[in-house]
Amino acid sequence: MLKIEDLWVEVQGKEVLKGINLDIGTGETHCLFGKNGSGKTTLLMTLMGFSGYKVKHGRIIFKGEDITHMPINERSNLGLAISLQRPPTLKGVKLKDMLSICGGDEAVGKRLATEYAFGHFLDRDVNHGFSGGEIKKSELLQLLAQDPELTLLDEPESGVDIENLHVIGDMIRRLLQKEQHRNRQKSGLIITHTGFILNYVAADRGHVMLNGQILCQGNPVEIFEGIQKYGYEECAKCRL
Amino acid sequence: MSPLDNSKATDVQGQVSDEELLKRFTPASEVEQLGNLDEIDPEEVQKLRRTGVDLSGSGRIGSFLQTNCNVVECKCGFEGVELLPITEALKKYDGLKEYWWKLVSRDKDTFTREADAGLDNGYFIRALPGEKVVYPLQTCLYIRNENVSQRVHNIVIAEEGSELHIITGCATHPDLTSGLHIGVSEFFVKKGAKLVFTMIHNWGDEVYVRPRTGVLVEQDGVFLSNYVTLKGVKSIQTYPVATLMENAMARFNSVIVSPDGSDIDTGAKIILKGKSSRAEIISRTISYGGRVVARGHLVGDAPDIKAHLECQGLILEEKGIIHAIPELEAHLSNVDMSHEAAVGKIAQEEIEYLMARGLSEEEATSTIVRGFLNVKIDGLPEELERELEAAVAESQHGM
Repeated sequence: MLKIEDLWVEVQGKEVLKGINLDIGTGETHCLFGKNGSGKTTLLMTLMGFSGYKVKHGRIIFKGEDITHMPINERSNLGLAISLQRPPTLKGVKLKDMLSICGGDEAVGKRLATEYAFGHFLDRDVNHGFSGGEIKKSELLQLLAQDPELTLLDEPESGVDIENLHVIGDMIRRLLQKEQHRNRQKSGLIITHTGFILNYVAADRGHVMLNGQILCQGNPVEIFEGIQKYGYEECAKCRL
Repeated sequence: MSPLDNSKATDVQGQVSDEELLKRFTPASEVEQLGNLDEIDPEEVQKLRRTGVDLSGSGRIGSFLQTNCNVVECKCGFEGVELLPITEALKKYDGLKEYWWKLVSRDKDTFTREADAGLDNGYFIRALPGEKVVYPLQTCLYIRNENVSQRVHNIVIAEEGSELHIITGCATHPDLTSGLHIGVSEFFVKKGAKLVFTMIHNWGDEVYVRPRTGVLVEQDGVFLSNYVTLKGVKSIQTYPVATLMENAMARFNSVIVSPDGSDIDTGAKIILKGKSSRAEIISRTISYGGRVVARGHLVGDAPDIKAHLECQGLILEEKGIIHAIPELEAHLSNVDMSHEAAVGKIAQEEIEYLMARGLSEEEATSTIVRGFLNVKIDGLPEELERELEAAVAESQHGM
């Protein structure tokens, strides 16, 4: 599904990613761990193609196609989608309009919003005055309407209250076809700090990032336990 | 104060003097006049439709249409509202002494003097005491011939406890480019009354527009003004002045698009004279190469008043100019007055956010622009809201 080959990325003249290699197979879910500033968000933003993330070297192959320099919307049309950590507010653009953009028509968005008790947000401007949890819900609704093949999630649990954590978890499970145990087609790459997501979504592999490099890969639950016990740096060291 | 008095810093080179401008145009009374509605062409009907005027009269309680200087339609199907050409109202009410030139001075400038000396017509609208009308009354001031100057004077009165919605469309014939519109309007909102006035401008590329407006909102009264201009025009200069008495409320919303070659100088002044009165001036402006001056002047002259001013501008073509001039003037300490102004281009991250949802860069830009212009206006009846949305959607065509 996704193959990243020796990816070097610069942000505002500073080298942030230093030779990332990563493979995500069809139907697989991967988690990215790493402390603040290690380059996790940069990796996701680069995969989606946002400006300001300059690829200096390496390639990104998605579904067999080199998307390294492809415009954002073409990546989206190819089946790639992202939930941003802090998406911008779109004044005057209503959530129902946004969901129509994502799902192709108004009905899809309406049905999803009703299902997740978010119908009263349909007429509100996207992200305007939304709480942290509401932003995450709105992002995931948009992704469900988009129905992408590879979903990039940047800290989907941050700012979400305890009561809503399971709803967010359900939404992610649905996005990644977790109820389907054979021929699963949907893949995901999830940044998580709290690891909460592992309680809801069975991940196939975990990766620890440090200083723009992936230093450790393996079973995500074991890696997360290691991080909790010894910290990121120790965790990275022991696996070298 | 005339808007020209404090606009010297932003004067555009080559601007003609007011007197010179007047001389360029033929008075409306000296050109061919339209006899009745049937003589209006289908393409004119369509243009008026896009200006908020539905000549079939559906969804309206009444219609007033003046082309050049002739009133071709003036009827109202609702008994609680009186609608007359202003020339008839002046006769019927003995010169309308309490209202005529009471909120705008005859000697204010060249244009008010011109309207005083050579009046073509205008409308008189009065909602009777306690009468509440939800459907709008529509008025239309229409210039139908090339190079004509139209001079109108309007009086609108919402009597005590009444509620009235007016949608007014001002336009020129689709084939003509040049003209001058001078419009004096005086609005009287009596005790506890509510007046919602929505104006859509749809002129030609060489048309000069000079409205001169005064508003008085008495105790507990509400005045909401929505002003929309989305098409090319040579020059608009408008600066209504409203005075609010105790517990009264006024809000001026403007949605302005200035294409290349347009020079639009708009704004409002609100004097909060009565205790606990409230005022808001909100403008959304876009320049596609034209110039916009967005003024706002709030004067806090009584205790417990609350007033807010908001100017937001987007420059979408490099040549464009947006000049926001927000002014707050407090005369005592017990006031709550604020303003915010922001001018710039569309944030790249907003465009890219929409692109990540599948839109091309152009589609993303136009979605953001449409959203920016779609100001949610509280207190606007659904009917008028639809008109505004339609006008904004319409403005996207061909841009």
